[in-house]
Amino acid sequence: MKILVCITHVPDTTSRIAFTDNNTKFDANGVQFIIGPYDDYALARAVELKEQLGASLTVLNVGGPESDPTIRKALAIGADDAIRVNAEPTDSFFVAQQIAEQVKAGGYELVLMGRESIDFNGGMVHGMVGELLGWPALSPVMKLDVEGDSVKMAREIEGGKEYLEAKLPLVAGCQEPIAEWKIPNMRGIMSARTKPLNIVDPVDTAKMTSVEVFELPPEKGAVKMIDADNVAELVDLLKNEAKVL
Amino acid sequence: MSVVAEETKKAITGGEFLIRESFAHEIFTPEEFTEEQKMIAQTCRDFLETEIYPQLDELDSMQHPELMPQKMDKSGELGLLGTAVPEQYGGFGMDFNTSMLVADVIGAGHSFAVALSAHTGIGTLPILYYGNEEQKAKYLPNLASGVWKASYCLTEPDSGSDANSGKTKAVLSEDGKYYSITGQKMWITNGGFADVFIVFAKIEDDKNLTAFIVEKDMGGITMNEEERKMGIKGSSTRQVFFNDTKVPVENMLSDRENGFKIAVNILNIGRIKLGASCVGAAKAVIDKAVVYSKERKQFQTSISNFGAIKHKIAEMAARTFAAEAGNYRAGQNIDDAYARLIAGGMSEAEAKLKSVEEFAIECAILKVYGSEALDYTVDEGVQIYGGMGFYAEAPMDRSYRDSRINRIFEGTNEINRMLTLDMMLKRALKGQLDLLGPAQAVAAELTGIPDFNQEEDTALFAAEKKIIANLKKVGLMIAGAAVQKLQTKLSHEQELLMHLADILIQVYGAESAILRAEKVAGVQGEAAAKLYIDMAQLTVHRAISVIKDAGTEAIYAFAEGDEMRMMLLGLKRFTKIEPVNLKNLRREIADALIEANGWAIHF
Repeated sequence: MKILVCITHVPDTTSRIAFTDNNTKFDANGVQFIIGPYDDYALARAVELKEQLGASLTVLNVGGPESDPTIRKALAIGADDAIRVNAEPTDSFFVAQQIAEQVKAGGYELVLMGRESIDFNGGMVHGMVGELLGWPALSPVMKLDVEGDSVKMAREIEGGKEYLEAKLPLVAGCQEPIAEWKIPNMRGIMSARTKPLNIVDPVDTAKMTSVEVFELPPEKGAVKMIDADNVAELVDLLKNEAKVL
Repeated sequence: MSVVAEETKKAITGGEFLIRESFAHEIFTPEEFTEEQKMIAQTCRDFLETEIYPQLDELDSMQHPELMPQKMDKSGELGLLGTAVPEQYGGFGMDFNTSMLVADVIGAGHSFAVALSAHTGIGTLPILYYGNEEQKAKYLPNLASGVWKASYCLTEPDSGSDANSGKTKAVLSEDGKYYSITGQKMWITNGGFADVFIVFAKIEDDKNLTAFIVEKDMGGITMNEEERKMGIKGSSTRQVFFNDTKVPVENMLSDRENGFKIAVNILNIGRIKLGASCVGAAKAVIDKAVVYSKERKQFQTSISNFGAIKHKIAEMAARTFAAEAGNYRAGQNIDDAYARLIAGGMSEAEAKLKSVEEFAIECAILKVYGSEALDYTVDEGVQIYGGMGFYAEAPMDRSYRDSRINRIFEGTNEINRMLTLDMMLKRALKGQLDLLGPAQAVAAELTGIPDFNQEEDTALFAAEKKIIANLKKVGLMIAGAAVQKLQTKLSHEQELLMHLADILIQVYGAESAILRAEKVAGVQGEAAAKLYIDMAQLTVHRAISVIKDAGTEAIYAFAEGDEMRMMLLGLKRFTKIEPVNLKNLRREIADALIEANGWAIHF
């Protein structure tokens, strides 16, 4: 079986977020990048499936050369080879188109990715890829087992859990506890440099959205301490300043 | 200037920094690590985050003695115990600076860092470097994977810094098949769970120690309970008793009476690695202290806005930065020397040893510099946390306690200071280092007319480089005069040796910081490298201040009359630099760290 895991190259969760160009561009200066945490879960499960099923495992990223260290990390974790679609991932549809093209060309049967990226958090790419390929697409998948050509999955839904079964091929957007994150070991790191990282050109796709402006949430105000005897002031502030009463 | 720079791309030798100008292009900086090395560092960080930090309390409680060996097993599965072991023995054969990087990152791992470094360093390296083929094939693969854990038994109740005075005896059996080892060893790190012990003992009335590889199951090994310690509480530390432990003769490591040499050479490696792990620990403390100073509000503002706090943050950062610069500079010197020795036909094990031995002076310097940078950092870390710093549930308590041992083990900082001078002078006596020529030149300069050439050089660090050259002259001036006057009595003047060592240590730290900042500025531009430049400048000014004091004390300690007056004038001349507003410099450094939410240099 051929598994494809799509990974995003995103700012570390502790990064300080800032924008440039009149708040229309993310300022990557000094920011550490990581594999998207949800993608990392998908990758971890895929590595387990690879061992269990003797499957081949390819990772894919849509991005520029700056993504290469992130891709190499995925190779160190256990992917056999990698594809980088050499383009800026401008919006979800653009990325989905690129993935769908590679899936068709490479004959993959199981496509895993995170439930969402942690930069733009669109959570749409898996659905779009499924649609473009005419395959089932499920998310957020928290358990995934392959038995022959059927895939058993669990999803968390409002107020409970849902257990599903579907036939391959399919697309899944994953999240914990599908598997535990894997830390690349020294052997993996050393073998990553010899594994193929194929850079391919993007297919032409019209950009469907563009960013007008980013806005940071307002800074948290200081806590105001009101004397316990002064209930009137508290009520006044709640009414007129916080406007919650 | 650039012509000189190009022609000095020659082999650098140990201790030579004192007598020649070094150049930025000659040094390696951590900013140059490869993608692969960065990934190894990240694996170490991820390991600490997932396996160690969540269980620091449990590890330190010692209520679950099986926990630390389990953590060692997990680090072994990741390959972290085999970085220095060659591939043919199941390791990864990484170069020296990569193992320094691992020591650096894992250094933030409190007790676990001690367990790991004892295993991979003093536990494994004696076999790697001194073992014969059979010994290496038998022990190294299991040590590299962590299946066996190692410890090192040198210290005894009456034999600490004077390591060669140990009383443990090894007696050859009548049939000549084994040695019977009897003696008491103390402060044995990893003692509680070790499978393999490197034991130093004396045979008959030998003057020097002999080393043996002892297995847990060879019999006659008993232990005291875990020691109760000030810090690194999760690190297993036991007294180990060998009572007629029968060790096959083939387990003698290297030759009879070669043990002391093994101990000394392995300690060289341990020292520089300790310097690296101190830097890792310091960076973690800086991260926490900066974040806390932003969160903690007093007088309606974050305490990070106060100058007194900024002063501390900047000093913590600059000292850590300089230590880190020195570590990887010397680490690369060792890697380069190794490559040259291998090219010259030397065996790998011997070349590893010789390359580190060559830079033994730098190893001792960096042990002192790193451990004292960390001790300053944890002390001010507690202070920034204020009352919360004294509170055992907050993180500074553990960092403060764990830091203290670093000035004691791998040779106390006092021993390392004395060694710095001792090794420098021995190298001069052997003709390996020409101290006499430069010392005489400085003496001549003292009686000559001062250089009034005040032509302004606007190149980056022109003034700092000039002062570093002059600070070296201070060292040569005082050491030269002290050797001449006291001769063999100098070794009895420990106070003087401490001051002289301080001069060398500060010179090495300041020069390393300047060269690193210069190299980074050359790649990234001066604007992007501003923080590096600021920290390097602050390091130089601190070096001047320490050297002024140490130099004055040193001169007072042995010189008299005209000679004293002349040297004091020389000291004044050689430590003269244009004033810099250090308050503003520190504020700018601190602001950069505050903006970055902690240690702002990531690689």
